[in-house]
Amino acid sequence: MTSKLLAALLRRSLLKPTTSSCYSTTFIHRRPLSTAAAIVEPLEEDANGITMKGVKISGRPLYLDVQATSPVDPRVLDAMLPYYVSRYGNPHSRTHLYGWESENAVESGRAQVAALINASPKEIIFTSGATESNNISIKGVMHFYKDKKRHVITTQTEHKCVLDSCRHLQQEGFDVTYLPVKPDGLIDLEKLRESIRPDTGLISVMMVNNEIGVIQPMEEIGKICKEFNVPLHTDAAQALGKIPIDVDKMNISLMSLSGHKIYGPKGIGALYVRRRPRIRVEPQMNGGGQERGLRSGTVPTPLVVGFGAACELAMREMEYDDKRIKALQERLLDGIREKIDGVVVNGSTERRYAGNLNLSFAYVEGESLLMGLKEVAVSSGSACTSASLEPSYVLRALGVEEDMAHTSIRYGIGRFTTEEEIDRAAELTVKQVEKLREMSPLYEMVKEGIDIKKVAHFGYGVVAGRIQLDQSGRSSSGHLSSRESNLCLIRLC
Amino acid sequence: MLRHVTNRILGQALRVPATPNPAAVGGAGLPRMYHERVVDHYNHPRNVGSFEKNEEDVGTGLVGAPACGDVMKLQIKVDNGTGKIVDAVFKTFGCGSAIASSSVATEWVKGKQMEEVLNIKNTEIAKHLSLPPVKLHCSMLAEDAIKAAVKDYEAKRSKANGKH
Repeated sequence: MTSKLLAALLRRSLLKPTTSSCYSTTFIHRRPLSTAAAIVEPLEEDANGITMKGVKISGRPLYLDVQATSPVDPRVLDAMLPYYVSRYGNPHSRTHLYGWESENAVESGRAQVAALINASPKEIIFTSGATESNNISIKGVMHFYKDKKRHVITTQTEHKCVLDSCRHLQQEGFDVTYLPVKPDGLIDLEKLRESIRPDTGLISVMMVNNEIGVIQPMEEIGKICKEFNVPLHTDAAQALGKIPIDVDKMNISLMSLSGHKIYGPKGIGALYVRRRPRIRVEPQMNGGGQERGLRSGTVPTPLVVGFGAACELAMREMEYDDKRIKALQERLLDGIREKIDGVVVNGSTERRYAGNLNLSFAYVEGESLLMGLKEVAVSSGSACTSASLEPSYVLRALGVEEDMAHTSIRYGIGRFTTEEEIDRAAELTVKQVEKLREMSPLYEMVKEGIDIKKVAHFGYGVVAGRIQLDQSGRSSSGHLSSRESNLCLIRLC
Repeated sequence: MLRHVTNRILGQALRVPATPNPAAVGGAGLPRMYHERVVDHYNHPRNVGSFEKNEEDVGTGLVGAPACGDVMKLQIKVDNGTGKIVDAVFKTFGCGSAIASSSVATEWVKGKQMEEVLNIKNTEIAKHLSLPPVKLHCSMLAEDAIKAAVKDYEAKRSKANGKH
């Protein structure tokens, strides 16, 4: 009995939390007597709320950033768990039950993904995500056909991985045309026609834009590609499970898919590679020849099972979700618009996915608005560009004025968003925008009747120049570097 | 029962309340970390407002460009006799660091002589707010706003003196 007490005393004294390291967000419990893995907890969570990165909030924020990632649907998690702890075989193990059942699970996941896009399971290969699929498509196709085809066409609003792959190809000597978009975000089909050359090897247009949510006219683009016999690649990471996709109707040769955007697990994606007519791709991952030789590496069974389950759920619930999300989007927009003016929706309002609402608030700067909206998890532009100082290149491509490009906020509405969350988000947004407009000299000037567009710069000894955006300059580089955008403050004295 | 009692005693002796130490946290070099002072100035802005531009004891400094995402307007009210700044207000279109920089600028110029405030350096403002390197231009703009306001007031004064 006393030995038990002593043991308990010893254990507790060893469990005393060590002093926090300089990274306040985590500290690790040391449990020398336990075999459990280290637990990482946020340091400052008490009855008053959570403090992280110097910001104090009263609870977990409302999640309105579904374009960045989505929560895993509990039904998907249920499907995945057995493949972690009891049916944990490698699907490429041919010699025992563990391998066979794992392979079966992978094949049924493959069929579920294929069914959602009206493809054959033989045309789906699994990758680590849409970024890898985009890389395989663009670099793989062009490297395979590099003797005959030297030209790629893409748009200015593509995801960074597509633009970066194209830039990589440019460095290798290929030609890339970055098509401009109209102010509503859609590409001009005539310009597309004109830019196709005899040596065009690939056209890449994303189906639903991750920042502004516009839906490109894939069927028309597919018709043009068929006419000129050019393979069409599309990044459908944001579109899968949200709008109906048919690879035959849209004449798509390659399609990138992502798991964590449709309430599936993170770390899995897929690439659809058409078999009739066959498109050849040079593999980017060499190894044991898994996935038809196009992507070597062990296929992660639990992730594939999760992805498949998510696709099946999406197929069943697409219509219901769509109706519900459209209603929520209208609720959010009306809730904001009835209280404040100067709200602009970026991108086409007709050809738009309802769950992505990108708004610009005039005379208010985006980062300061985000600072005030800490209780709502939203993003300004895309998550990829949020680390840099650049205003979003997608909004620049739309021709949005520089000051408005800084003000955009992207609200993402998903399957699990509730009406209360929408109402609260609208309320908080209105409050913050009003507070910031009180503080804004531009709003004051506009109220006094001064046309701020006429006054391009202010101040003594400091010249702030407007950055000239010319289409020809853009087509070679794709997007401005942060150095160029910071050149706007030049001291004269 | 005994274990329960010992648990209670041991628990009370060994429980160490987590003491948050935000001062140690600020400026630790992690990306996109707002110092608590910046957040404080944002949530409770001091001296937001406007003076009447045409009054003779008001100097207005307006610097920046909407295209760059930063515009600051700093106004000072000066006692004509002593040359001391008695009041200051600001309005800013910009990120949280810009708002905090201009707010700090208005706090620091109050009660000082005009020549004194010309010595306020952007590095001091940046240090006070623990601004990361990417946000240093906000403090530079605040320094420029102060200088512009003083210059505007002196221009007004010399015009007024020139008339009489």
